Amino acid sequence: MEKWYLMTTVVLIGLTVRWTVSLNSYSGAGKPPMFGDYEAQRHWQEITFNLPVKQWYFNSSDNNLQYWGLDYPPLTAYHSLLCAYVAKFINPDWIALHTSRGYESQAHKLFMRTTVLIADLLIYIPAVVLYCCCLKEISTKKKIANALCILLYPGLILIDYGHFQYNSVSLGFALWGVLGVSCDWDLLGSLAFCLAINYKQMELYHSLPFFCFLLGKCFKKGLKGKGFVLLVKLACTVVASFILCWLPFFTEGEQTLQVLRRLFPVDRGLFEDKVANIWCSFNVLLKIKDILPRHIQLIMSFCFTFLSLLPACIKLILQPSSKGFKFTLVSCALSFFLFSFQVHEKSILLVSFMLPLLLKDELLMPSVVTTMAFFIACVTSFSIFEKTSEEELQLKSFSISVRTYLPCFTFLSRIIQYLFLISVITMVLLTLMTVTLDPPQKLPDLFSVLVCFVSCLNFLFFLVYFNIIIMWDSKNGRNQKKIS
Amino acid sequence: MAALTIAAGTGNWFSALALGVTLLKCLLIPTYHSTDFEVHRNWLAITHSLPISQWYYEATSEWTLDYPPFFAWFEYILSHVAKYFDQEMLNVHNLNYSSSRTLLFQRFSVIFTDTLFVYAVHECCKCIGGKKVGKELTEKPKFILSVLLLWNFGLLIVDHIHFQYNGFLFGLMLLSIARLFQRQGLPILPRLVLNSWGQAIFPPWLTKVLGLQKRHMEGAFLFAVLLHFKHIYLYVAPAYGVYLLRSYCFTANRPDGSIRWNSFSFVRVISLGLVVFLISALSLGPFLALNQLPQVFSRLFPFKRGLCHAYWAPNFWALYNALDKVLSVIGLKLKFLDPNKIPKASMTSGLVQQFQHTVLPSVTPLATLICTLIAILPSIFCLWFKPQGPRGFLRCLILCALSSFMFGWHVHEKAILLAILPMSLLSVGKAGDASVFLILTTTGHYSLFPLLFTAPELPIKILLMLLFTIYSISSLKTLFRKEKPLFNWMETFYLLGLGPLEVCCEFVFPLTSWKLKYPFIPLLLTSVYCALGITYAWFKLYVSVLIDPPIGKTKKQ
Repeated sequence: MEKWYLMTTVVLIGLTVRWTVSLNSYSGAGKPPMFGDYEAQRHWQEITFNLPVKQWYFNSSDNNLQYWGLDYPPLTAYHSLLCAYVAKFINPDWIALHTSRGYESQAHKLFMRTTVLIADLLIYIPAVVLYCCCLKEISTKKKIANALCILLYPGLILIDYGHFQYNSVSLGFALWGVLGVSCDWDLLGSLAFCLAINYKQMELYHSLPFFCFLLGKCFKKGLKGKGFVLLVKLACTVVASFILCWLPFFTEGEQTLQVLRRLFPVDRGLFEDKVANIWCSFNVLLKIKDILPRHIQLIMSFCFTFLSLLPACIKLILQPSSKGFKFTLVSCALSFFLFSFQVHEKSILLVSFMLPLLLKDELLMPSVVTTMAFFIACVTSFSIFEKTSEEELQLKSFSISVRTYLPCFTFLSRIIQYLFLISVITMVLLTLMTVTLDPPQKLPDLFSVLVCFVSCLNFLFFLVYFNIIIMWDSKNGRNQKKIS
Repeated sequence: MAALTIAAGTGNWFSALALGVTLLKCLLIPTYHSTDFEVHRNWLAITHSLPISQWYYEATSEWTLDYPPFFAWFEYILSHVAKYFDQEMLNVHNLNYSSSRTLLFQRFSVIFTDTLFVYAVHECCKCIGGKKVGKELTEKPKFILSVLLLWNFGLLIVDHIHFQYNGFLFGLMLLSIARLFQRQGLPILPRLVLNSWGQAIFPPWLTKVLGLQKRHMEGAFLFAVLLHFKHIYLYVAPAYGVYLLRSYCFTANRPDGSIRWNSFSFVRVISLGLVVFLISALSLGPFLALNQLPQVFSRLFPFKRGLCHAYWAPNFWALYNALDKVLSVIGLKLKFLDPNKIPKASMTSGLVQQFQHTVLPSVTPLATLICTLIAILPSIFCLWFKPQGPRGFLRCLILCALSSFMFGWHVHEKAILLAILPMSLLSVGKAGDASVFLILTTTGHYSLFPLLFTAPELPIKILLMLLFTIYSISSLKTLFRKEKPLFNWMETFYLLGLGPLEVCCEFVFPLTSWKLKYPFIPLLLTSVYCALGITYAWFKLYVSVLIDPPIGKTKKQ
């Protein structure tokens, strides 16, 4: 690549921003008895290092599951173990059983932050760079601008380097998966995606599009010939990678069940805290959580999720294309977020929405700064406000088809532009209000509920929007084929 | 948001670059800060709570006010904003006070005053045309120049991590340089008149008096103000003086480029002198009235300090000291020297102190002054006898800065910025200058590494350094890709050597047993290695200036 140095610069900027954000405070710093996610990660290192594999997910005198018990899939546990070995080498106090609870020091913070940076550097960043290089039909400049925007994305940086988590690992693996699948290295892609699921169960949000896309590919090749071979190969890869990850837990049935129970805590209820999904927003009007019994809630959320996923997935099976695949990934993740059971606010990784969380961690300054940086990067590289054309919004085919029925409908791109501006402005206003104003005494949660409500509306809009794109795009593609 | 929409509306890359770096500066707020932070807090307190008569006498803190009066006034103005942040930081007796609000205020004051720097860079980019190569934005000299200046590694770490106010001071300097480059010098109204009625209506003497050619007066004014902010800029004053005298006070040249003595303009000399005099009177006048001038000067020029700072700045004296050490070790081995006679004080032990050389003769302040003058002289002669317009002046200015860095008394490693920033302006113009610039910048920036020695800042300095170095080398290589390569094998080898040096000093050395016995070795290695590169760059630049053919023949006033 001729512009390799610009790409290097972009990566270095991303890394610098990551590290500078990590100099700030982390979640639950100096807040006993529970501390925060930082302590959770440290505690998992302690558990995995000191206890045998069989006891990792079980409650015992050495492993109090009420205190940050391990509730992520095995790969996270292995990662913690690996970090623990390094920690042992540097300072055994950091992971001593029982005594290290709530351990905090500058050196330890440095160590933990470094582990995040290294994981990011090894998995996520190469994936982003490669993904942007593999994008087709755009100029080198656009590729670099794309990489800059993805690397500066504030949600991920703030949660990983401010709040403290390892999202970049699972997202990185998923991105490797996307990369592999869209470059036709289906086996490697599905292997990477299996690793992603085994690192964080949240990646299940993305699993349906993967499944549908690969299935669609097999159908396309013909189920009786090559397609079948591919299907078998894929199935073997997935099963093998899962078995490999779960090997220590497959020895006893009880082990597997316990891990699954830890991963999917069904008994926690429809939602916790303030999450911008349908259920939480609907809760303002009607207290579903109290009215309906739990298993009905579960079934209801499942049905809604499934129904909202269905059209896009069917489309993908029938007409697998890598463009459609990417859109389906987004829309599926959105519908999972909106309709599914027990969602975390962190899983959407949107800054304005995590603001209360970040405020609690004293991360206001970095969050404002990184968000602005991201906006500037996006604005200057894509100038969204200037030339929003239907072409760029991918809505051309839709508006053409709508126009045939409604001749007066010609302001689509303008409407979307305004909608976008309005939603950005409301979000900014709400953010400002949350930061500066004290809520009225009667309604202490007023702002966070408002934020939830507005973002929920936004997400719904995006869900519809992406579904429209997916639906009409393929038709257009077929038309083009007919013409040619 | 307003700034954002401006950036978006015009698609302006410059504001995006400036905003981007400003945001990065905001992210650097929680990083380590040096004692300079306390120095400036103390000055805030002094100027806020004491009358002028005591500013240069106050000595509660060891960090007494040792900048010229304009800087004191600057702190005075800042202190009136500071009182809304935290009243406590304005108490003279509140030593080493640093609340989170104080930190926020001080950091933001640096970031905010940097807007002057941004404006100056903007002006510089307007008037300095470089080589025109590609159509693409990232290959335009203006774009490269503004990145080199705005994202300058040295300025970022010295101002926004280590903590100092160099940004707006360099802004003043760059602005005054830009004014010397700019051609249209009139305020808007006369320019309009001129444009509408044609040039003929103004007699030549009027245009000369008004200084229509270039904005020399404004440049001189800005530089005089700058001198009264921080007196380190005295190093480059000879270049200003000679240039203004030669190219402004003498209004014409002979056809062969030499001076035409009868073209001397008394009006211009007097107006220049008046500007400088008025500024000095404004700055030093109050202290003259209070009869405190000797005290002020004794604070400004403390000659009691040693030849070198605790960490040797990478200049000629670092090489001299190192040679002395080597000779003394060899002497001891071969029994030429008596071990009992050797002074015990080691120069890198961390204290600013007098140091006696064991083998080579000791250096006095006077000797360094003479060396500096000798080193500056050729460039000054060059500026006088073959003036090459503003570009020649810029070269002379850089040579002055570099020479005084090479031979000055008690030079700080930070002073290298005085040469690096103006050099950026030259680097986009000619391949030879670009090559010198890259060597100078890379070594100079690397020599700033010991300023930040804490572990959390280690990744920041390495990442930022890589960012700047990779960008500057590859963008200038792209700019000059049609000419011969920027580096020969020796230079490439030298620059690549910085990598292993860093690994040795920061990663390998702390693990070895020498860490306790010879703690000064990394600093010594760094400063000697960098001194080689900077000396080389200085030499190369000097040679290129001296052998360059004069272009004065074509230049006419």
